[in-house]
Parts: sequence; C-alpha cells; structure tokens
Amino acid sequence: MQSARLSRYAWMAVGPLALFLVWYAVHLAGLVTPKLLPSPVRTLQSVWTHTTTGGMGADFLRTLWRTLQAFVIAAAFGVPIGIIIGASEKLYRSIEFLIDFFRSTPATAMFPLFMIIFGLGDFSKIAVAAFAAWLVVLFNVAYGVMNARQTRILAAKVMGASRARIFKDVMFYECLPQTFVGLRTAVSLALVVIVVAEMFIGSDDGLGKRIIDSQITFDLPQLYGTILVSGILGYGLNLIFLGLEKWLVHWSGRA
Amino acid sequence: MTMAQRQRQEAAPAGASFPDLRWFPPGTHITVRGLKKSFDGNPVYVGFDIDLPKGKIVSIFGPNGCGKSTFINMVAGLLPIDAGQILFEGKTIADTRIGYVFQNYREALFPWLRAIDNVHYPLRLMGIPKAERDRRIAELVAGFDLKFDLNRYPYQLSGGQQQTVSIMRSLVIEPEVLFLDEPFSALDYEMTLIMRDQLQKVLVARGVTTVLVSHDLEEAVYLADKVLMLTRRPSRIADYMDVDLPRPRDPSTLTDARFIELKARTLEVFQNAVRAS
Ligand SMILES: Nc1ncnc2c1ncn2[C@@H]1O[C@H](COP(=O)(O)OP(=O)(O)OP(=O)(O)O)[C@@H](O)[C@H]1O
Ligand SMILES: [Mg+2]
Repeated sequence: MQSARLSRYAWMAVGPLALFLVWYAVHLAGLVTPKLLPSPVRTLQSVWTHTTTGGMGADFLRTLWRTLQAFVIAAAFGVPIGIIIGASEKLYRSIEFLIDFFRSTPATAMFPLFMIIFGLGDFSKIAVAAFAAWLVVLFNVAYGVMNARQTRILAAKVMGASRARIFKDVMFYECLPQTFVGLRTAVSLALVVIVVAEMFIGSDDGLGKRIIDSQITFDLPQLYGTILVSGILGYGLNLIFLGLEKWLVHWSGRA
Repeated sequence: MTMAQRQRQEAAPAGASFPDLRWFPPGTHITVRGLKKSFDGNPVYVGFDIDLPKGKIVSIFGPNGCGKSTFINMVAGLLPIDAGQILFEGKTIADTRIGYVFQNYREALFPWLRAIDNVHYPLRLMGIPKAERDRRIAELVAGFDLKFDLNRYPYQLSGGQQQTVSIMRSLVIEPEVLFLDEPFSALDYEMTLIMRDQLQKVLVARGVTTVLVSHDLEEAVYLADKVLMLTRRPSRIADYMDVDLPRPRDPSTLTDARFIELKARTLEVFQNAVRAS
C-alpha cells in the first residue's frame, strides 16, 4: 500500500522532470537562442529572487484573491439558479440557447463591455471572470439536477418525502458530483480570465501585470518564471477542489 | 377492522342496484376496479378488476411489456391512473403505509448515506426519535441473517447485500403493503436463491401483504400464495391461481411434485396467453 503510493508519486514526477531535462538540454545545446529561452535554473532563480525581494508573492496573492472573489460570486449565484433552472424542463429549454451561446463566447471579448459598465477598477476584472465562471457553474448544476436518478426521487416519494424534503435530501446530493465538476472548471476559468484581465485591462499588481511587464522589459527569466507560478496556482486550486470533491462526494463515480 | 369498514361490509352489495365500490370481501386487502391506463393512446389496461388478499404474497407474471410494472406502480401510487379505483381495505393509498423495492437497487439506495442510515431514512421522514428508530431497526435486523456491516456505504456492498438493505428500508416502517418489481433480476442465481428464502422468511413472519413482479416463473410460483398471470396488452387476467404449497418452502420444494405440476400449469397458461394474441 505504502510502496504503491510512493511509486505513484514517483511516476507522477517523471513527466515534469523530463520536461525540465529537455528544456535544460535544449538550452545547453544552444538550439534556441538564450535570449528567447533562458535556462530552467536561471528561470527558477528569477522566481526565487522576485519572490523574496521583488514582490512576486504579493502579486500571487492578489491574483489568488481576485480569482477567489470571482469564484465565490459565480458559485453563490450559479448553484441556486442552476438548481432552479434544472428543476424545470421548460425553463431550461427556454434559456438553453443563451447559456450555450455565452458559454461559447470568449469571456475576454467582453472586457470592453464590462469596463464600460463597471469602470476601470478592480471590480470589472472580477466581474468578467465571475460571469464566465458563473455560466460554467450554472450549466453544470442544472445538468446535474436534470440527470438526477429518477429512481432515487421515486424512492423518496414512496417513503412519503415532501417535495421540499426530496429537494433537500435527494436532489441536492444527486447533483453534487456534477456541481463539483462545475466548480472545479469554474475556478480554473476564473483564474485564466483574471490573469488575462490583469494583462490587458491594466492593473497595478497581479501575476498578469507581471507577465506583461516582463514582456515589455524583455525580462525572459521573469516571464517564464511568472508563467510557471501562474501554472502552479492553477494546478494548486484544481488539486484543492479535487481533494474537497473526493472527501465530500465520496460516492461520485461509484454509485 | 374499524366500525366504518365493518358497516361497509355489512352494507355489502347483494343485489344493491348501486354497488358501493368501497366494499371489499373479507380477507381482501387491495381492490382494483375498472382500472384504465393508456400511454399516448396505446391502451395497457381497459377496465381491469382484481382483489389481492391480505397478508399474502401475490406474484404477477406475464409477457414482456404487458404492463406488470405499470400495474404495481399505479397501485403503489407512483403512476397516475386514467380511470378506475384502487382501495386498500377501503382506504386510499394516501392513508396506507407502503414499502417499495425497486429492481435497480443501485439507483434506489442513497449512496451518500451509510446502509444503516438508508434504513433510518424512512423513519426519520416519519419524525420518529432516534432511540425508537434504533429499537425498531435492531428488531428488524434480528429477523435477517446479515453477514455484512451496515455501517458501510451502499457502493461498498455486493448487489445482494444492497438489495437486502433496500428490502430492510422498505420493511422498517412496518408497511401494510409491500411492492417488489423484479427485485432479484439483477442478481446471479445463487444470490437469488438465498434472497428468495430470506424474503419468504421475513414476509411470512411479518404477514405483510405483498405484490411481487417476477419474470421468473419458478420464482413467481415458489414465493407466492397466488399467481396472477397477465395476457399481452391490453392486459387481462389470463389466470389467477392459488399456490397451495406448504410453508416454509425451501430449495427442496423446487423438485416437489406439486410444485412442478403448478409450474407446468402456469407455463401452459402463459404460452396460451402469448399465442392468443
Ligand atoms: N412512460 C411510458 N410512456 C409510454 N409508454 C410506456 C410508459 N411506461 C410503459 N409504457 C408502455 O406500456 C407497456 C407496459 O409497460 P410495463 O413497463 O408496465 O411492462 P412490464 O410488464 O413491466 O414489462 P417488463 O417485463 O419488460 O418489465 C409497454 O408496452 C411500455 O412500452
Ligand atoms: Mg417491468
């Protein structure tokens, strides 16, 4: 058991290590000019110095904070509305097109609109990200409700559960697995939109701002380093949600 | 029997020009009168009458798609009827405590609750306090021959164990009527044999009126006090046969001469019913 887990982690490390080695080899062999591709060691050094003295930690936290705000707004509006939409076939049919349309529209294309509505401040970035993430939550929750096992609902009904009890005791749990899929996708999407917004809407801080600044000053180690850090942030958020899901929705995929 | 029921029985038809449909013969639990049901204009029941006896097990057997599930779902109040009347000793379904065991146990149990909490659930709905629930469940468990831990989640149990939990969940409220729609058809043969005997033991001990749909003729006869055979749709009664085998029945019953005779008769009725249409 213990050794099986160890070997799993060992295998998981193979890919990243290989990437690191290939990157290093390409750099050493001079296949790409060092101006465009700094060595991985140089990149990690840059992350280290910018984190300890250059305020990258603060940028990381700003981006994380904006992402979380957008996510919380998306979840707070997405889950209840999703349940309502999913519970009514007619309601769902009537707005299915709108949901699919806006889900397919790049959220970043709406920056100008949100800037007009919410101004140039922080909130317009959060609002765009929240909007994009909200659609994902909404869609997944509604889908989860619509695909609730009919037999379980009948079982509760036959045991004498009221409509309210069926909702609270059965529907809620039935759509939980799909809700988590939505929440996990939403948090990743929120991060993407926030970083892009920090890059292009104009921002005083955040990882996106740092990326665009390093591009302008041609500080490639910092550019690569910040991309790495954004990736780690996204991966970490995903991991947290996977863990939560495994813990809270233990029956997912098994029943 | 309540006063009202007794009065209804005494005021029984015997030539009455306006028969009271709520009258039921003694020993009868469920009366179905003039039942009609069609799906999208395709009739499944066109005026169906039957009496189901109290405290007995009735198996329903018939060709695929003849309306067995439709019938028990209508009687259990899960499916609206187009016309007719279904009463339980004169009461409606709303005033009757029922249990229902689904064929698909995987989709009928709540996987977010442990097996034991699944059994608690109907009692919680009734607002029964924890101590009383525990007492009733302990009593129920004593009647079963459980070889697994009820503190597991349903997905950690085998199919037979899950269906056992389903049956416990339906019995814990001490239902007046128990409905089972092909409860063992998703289990392997060995498990089916064990489950049949388990079910027979519990039902006979508790004297629950039971309506069982089975697509296995052997099972239908083995468990039943009466076998209701249906024709192709629109469904009519092909035969409503008494099974006078002594209880408890056990696997040796399967080779008993009387059992084989009854089974042969039901098979013949079934074949005639299928051929007739
Ligand atoms: N919801 C429905 N909508 C339309 N037709 C239905 C519906 N439910 C059942 N039917 C039809 O009514 C008939 C009876 O169905 P039912 O499920 O009661 O049959 P059954 O005897 O239980 O069959 P099986 O042996 O396959 O379980 C079938 O022909 C079926 O196609
Ligand atoms: Mg059926």
